[in-house]
Amino acid sequence: MMKTLKTVFAKEVIDNFRDRRTLMSALLMGPLFGPILFAMIINLSLSQSLSDDTEALQLPVIGAERAPNLMDYLASNNIDIIDAPPDRDAAIAAVTRGDHDVVVIVPEEFGEQFADMIPARIEVISDQANTTAEREARRAKRALQAWYQEIAALRLSARGIDPSMVRPINIDDVDVSTPSGRSAVLLGMLSYFFIFALLTGGMNLAIDATAGERERGSLEPLLCLPITRDALIVGKILAACLFMAISLSLSLTSFYVTLKFVPLERLGMTPNFGPDVVITAFFLLVPFALLGAALMTLVASFTRSYKEAQTWLSVVLLAPTLPILVVSILQVRPTTLLMTVPSLSQHLLLVGLIRNEPLEALHVLVSVTGTLTLGVLVAWLCARLYRREGLLG
Amino acid sequence: MISVSRLYKSFGDVKAVDGVSFDAPDGHITGLLGPNGAGKSTTLRILYTVLKPDAGTAMIDGTDVMADSLEARRRIGTLPHGSGLYPHLTARENIAYYARLYGMPAGRIDEQVQRVIDELDLRDEADRRTKGFSQGQRTKVALARSLVHGPKNVILDEPSNGLDVMATRSLRELIRELKNAGRCVLFSSHVMQEVAALCDSIVIIAGGRVALHDTLDGIRAATGCDDLEEAFVKAIARVGGDSDR
Repeated sequence: MMKTLKTVFAKEVIDNFRDRRTLMSALLMGPLFGPILFAMIINLSLSQSLSDDTEALQLPVIGAERAPNLMDYLASNNIDIIDAPPDRDAAIAAVTRGDHDVVVIVPEEFGEQFADMIPARIEVISDQANTTAEREARRAKRALQAWYQEIAALRLSARGIDPSMVRPINIDDVDVSTPSGRSAVLLGMLSYFFIFALLTGGMNLAIDATAGERERGSLEPLLCLPITRDALIVGKILAACLFMAISLSLSLTSFYVTLKFVPLERLGMTPNFGPDVVITAFFLLVPFALLGAALMTLVASFTRSYKEAQTWLSVVLLAPTLPILVVSILQVRPTTLLMTVPSLSQHLLLVGLIRNEPLEALHVLVSVTGTLTLGVLVAWLCARLYRREGLLG
Repeated sequence: MISVSRLYKSFGDVKAVDGVSFDAPDGHITGLLGPNGAGKSTTLRILYTVLKPDAGTAMIDGTDVMADSLEARRRIGTLPHGSGLYPHLTARENIAYYARLYGMPAGRIDEQVQRVIDELDLRDEADRRTKGFSQGQRTKVALARSLVHGPKNVILDEPSNGLDVMATRSLRELIRELKNAGRCVLFSSHVMQEVAALCDSIVIIAGGRVALHDTLDGIRAATGCDDLEEAFVKAIARVGGDSDR
């Protein structure tokens, strides 16, 4: 039994290392897909959500000469006043076209109103539907507000009133999230990328065990050999596990490298994803390989051809997302009971790891044994099905 | 030595094998002849244990294929219908894989693989990957891997399918050599000329039943037809002619 198992395992490994299709999915597609997609999403959201405060805001102002003090204030706050369209209509047209993100209008009566201490009108024209333009408009409005608070304080002081009197409360934001905690929200979706990479790594081998061998006509002669079908199917599942483990480790490594090039600090996140985390994550996730390989082999054994198997297995690829999705919507905390659910337990452990929280030994134990047990169970079911006559199709 | 006695096998309502009995002795070529769907492949599949009979027994060298299927499989070399190879492995690797699975001691594998490569005249293509092999080359490799452990009994299911004239000739020669080496050879075919040219005895199967089991001359005498094709048609008609199955 052991000798047969080893022989089958060794043959599958050699065979698949020579198969371009397997290599593509195991060593390239799976490991690179996640990190590259992730880096793209991060970079996109970075450029969307972070206005570059260090860069001067180019602000067109109509009637700048009517409020010289304000213009001086803006200039000292890193806002460059630039030439504006000639009038209000032209300004609206320019903002609508997207020539300017925001235009400020200081009306003619501004000086008069300001001097009379009537609230003086200033118009800020922007397109609120455009997120980048809206950000620029907010920055301009923030500066205007800061200036008016300053003026208000000056006016009160001139009348002998303490400006703090008109500020009955002071709101202080205390954020307890740590930089690595904030990154966990984003990095939470990683666990799925890793499980995806793991599954794609063994997909072709899982199909090959039944549908592939059958389609090639190599199954029947194989079953005529003096070996037990159990040894055959277990050898094949284990070979699929090896490819899954390789794919997982490549995926973790490529993600580790990618993170070095993604400026997560600028989102206020310090990803806790060092080499030690990579290695721990590998051992937390790798028990899923047996379950994945067995499950894929099981599903593939019901199909008639390689193509059909691929179709069904893409459903299996999505299955592990379900618990992850539910949990990220419900925002549950890890419990021992949840650790019995495969893919979910791996996800929760990985999130905890990235949050830099201490791993609970019991949780790890339940996750690993639970997932492995289920894997053995499904593998056993595969072996049962492999014994039936209908296998030859 | 292969012996089959009162074998039955149905798939749903269809009786694929309906009480087949015959013996195939050592040093003897036995041909299983019958139209498509006569039950030839099902009978052979029961013999090499991938199907279980509903009733009846099949013995290989006295080992019941049901009671001890592992031992029975150890005693046969099989070429199932449409045998496929692993395209990413070389011919030699394909054969060696089977040698290992037959449980051959590691020290003997290389030598035995080389022996069948020589016997089947596969030297030129032995170290090429089998992807892109011709049908003839593929059949030879499949045959080589089923003979690598030197089985006493050889079961071939329509081995000449898809082979050209030269490949068929070399296959026939090989089958004769197996016979001369004292092996029991059982093969199925729906081509009369091939069976006539090769077999010591012929089992004509139709509708899952044995219509006739005799030597070539015996069949001629029994049907009263000199022409083999006529004899074949007459023999099939005897069992009721349900030749669609």
